[in-house]
Amino acid sequence: MKRVRHTLPNVLLAHGALAAYTVVALFPIFIIIINSFKTRKAIFRDPLALPNPENFSLVGFETVFRQGDFFLYMQNSLIVTVASLFFILLFGAMAGFALAEYRFKGNTLMALYLAIGIMIPIRLGTISILEIMVASNLVNTLTALVLVYVAQGLPLAIFILSEFMRQVSDDLKNAGRIDGLSEYRIFFVLVLPLVRPALATVAVFNMIPIWNDLWFPLILAPGEETKTLTLGSQVFIGQFVTDWNAVLSALSMAMFPVLVLYLIFSKQLIRGITSGAVK
Amino acid sequence: MTQEQATSSRRPIRWHIGVFLAPAVLVYSTFMIFPLFGTLQLSLFTTSEQQTYFVGLDNFRTLFGDPRWSGAFWNALVNNLWFFVIHMLVQNPIGILLAAVLSNPKLRMRGFYRSAIFVPTIMSFVIVGFAWKLILSPLWGIAPDMLKAVGLKFLFAPYLGKEEYALTTLALISVWQYVGIPMMLIYAALLSIPQEVIEAGEVEGVTGFSAFWKIKLPLILPAIGIISILTFVGNFNAFDLVYAAQGALAGPNYATDILGTFLYRTFFGFQMQLGDPNMGSAVAMIMFLIILTGVCIYLFGIQMRMTRYQL
Repeated sequence: MKRVRHTLPNVLLAHGALAAYTVVALFPIFIIIINSFKTRKAIFRDPLALPNPENFSLVGFETVFRQGDFFLYMQNSLIVTVASLFFILLFGAMAGFALAEYRFKGNTLMALYLAIGIMIPIRLGTISILEIMVASNLVNTLTALVLVYVAQGLPLAIFILSEFMRQVSDDLKNAGRIDGLSEYRIFFVLVLPLVRPALATVAVFNMIPIWNDLWFPLILAPGEETKTLTLGSQVFIGQFVTDWNAVLSALSMAMFPVLVLYLIFSKQLIRGITSGAVK
Repeated sequence: MTQEQATSSRRPIRWHIGVFLAPAVLVYSTFMIFPLFGTLQLSLFTTSEQQTYFVGLDNFRTLFGDPRWSGAFWNALVNNLWFFVIHMLVQNPIGILLAAVLSNPKLRMRGFYRSAIFVPTIMSFVIVGFAWKLILSPLWGIAPDMLKAVGLKFLFAPYLGKEEYALTTLALISVWQYVGIPMMLIYAALLSIPQEVIEAGEVEGVTGFSAFWKIKLPLILPAIGIISILTFVGNFNAFDLVYAAQGALAGPNYATDILGTFLYRTFFGFQMQLGDPNMGSAVAMIMFLIILTGVCIYLFGIQMRMTRYQL
C-alpha cells in the first residue's frame, strides 16, 4: 500500500481546514447559547464571554416560560412529527411492498406516478391544498399538517422501501405462503422486521424537515392552539424583539429539541445519507 | 418473482395489492397530485365580485407585462436566480472541498468534523435567520467587534439592511446552513470509489491534488449532478429563510424578494395589497414550470450522459 500524500504537513493542513470550518459552522449557535445565560448588561458589554458567576442570569428563560406557550408548541410539533412519520412508514412500506412483490398491470406506471413527488415540491399546490382543507373543515387542526406531510414524505419513502423489499429473499416469503400465511401476515410478520434499517433511514430523513417546516404551519394551522414549535418560536421571538434575554433564551430553547434528536439519530442519519447517495 | 404469480392469468382478483397500495395512493393523490392540477386550473380563472370567470392565460400575461405586477415578478425571479448562482458557486465547491479533505482515510476525528459541520443543516430557518440577524446587527456589535479585532472594521456594514448586500448576505447564510448536504453526498461518493483505481493512479504517479482532479472528480460527477438539481429545486422553492429574517415584505425595499415570498404575498396579500388566489396560482405555476424544466434538463440532458462514466 503506497500512501504518498499522508505526510505531516498535509495532515495538519487538513485538520486546520476542517477545524476552521467547524468553528464557522458552530460559532453562531455557540454565541446564542452562551448569551442566553447572561445578564442583559453582559450580553451587550461582552457578547463573546462565557457565562460566569458574575454575569450568570436565567431571566430570559423565566420570561419565556411565563409568557409563551413553549410546551404547547413543542407538544404540537411532537404530535405532528410522530404521527406523520408513523403514516409515512406504514403507508410507504405497504405501497413499496405491493410494487416490489407483485407483478400486476400498471406496476411500472404506478411506481412512476408515485415517484413524481420526489422532485416536485408539494408547496406548489398550497393554494389548492388550503381550499381542500377549508372545504373539509381541517384548517387549524394538526390533522391537516399530518396529511400534507404524509403526502410529502410518501414518494421518497416508497422509492427507498421498495428498493429494500426487493432484496428480501423470495424463499422466506414462499415458505410463509406454504405455511398458509396470508399476504398481510407475510408483509407484517416476515417482511417488515427485515427492512427495519430502511424504515429507520426513511424516518430520520423525514423527521427534520417536518419538525422544521414553517410554510404549512403558517398557512394551514396558524391558530394559537395548533402552532408548531417552529412557527411558535417565530412569533415568540417577534414579541420579544427588544427583550434580548428573552430572544436569546427562546432561540436556545427552540434549538434544544432538534439538537437532542440529532444527537440520538445522527448515526442513522449519516448512514442513510451515505448509503443512499451511492445509488 | 413468486411461483404463484407465474402460474396463470386466470386467477381470482388479488385484492391485497389494492389494499396495500390504496392508503398511499389516496393520500398522495389527494394532497399532492390533485392540488397541483387544482392550482393549474385556478391560475386560468379570475374572481371579481364573487364571480369566477375563465380568462385563459390572462393572469400570466398580467404577471409578465402589467406594470403593477411585472416589476415585482421579474425582481423576484432575478433575485431567485442570483440566490441559486451563489449556492452553485459557493456552497457546492466548499462542500466538495470539505468532502475531499474529510475522505482522507487516515484522518482522525472525521466523525466529529462531519457531525459538527452538519449541525446547522438540522436547524430551522427561523433559528438560523434570527441568529444571523442578531450577529450581523450593528446594535449588538458582535460582527463589528470581531472585524475590529482583526483590523477590518471598515468592512462592516449593516449587511442585512442595505439593499445592495441583503440578498447576497441571505444567500450566504443559506450556504452556511446547507453546506453539510453537498459535503455528505460527495463524501459518500468519494468513499465508494474503489481503492484499486486510486492505487493504479498512484503507480502512474498521479497523486495528491492531481489525483483528485484527474481521477476522483470525474468519478463523482454524477453526485455533483444530483447536488446541483437538489440545490436548484430547493432554491426555487425557498421561502422560510427570507421570511424568518426579513419578513413577508422581503425587505429592504423587496431587495430579498424571491419567488417563494412573492407567492406568499400574492396569495395572502400583505398590508397594502389584497390576496389573490388566482394570481397566486399563476405564480405557483411559473415556479412549477421552472422546477420542472430544471428537473427535465437534469434527467434527460445530464444524468443520461453521465451514466456512461460510471463504474
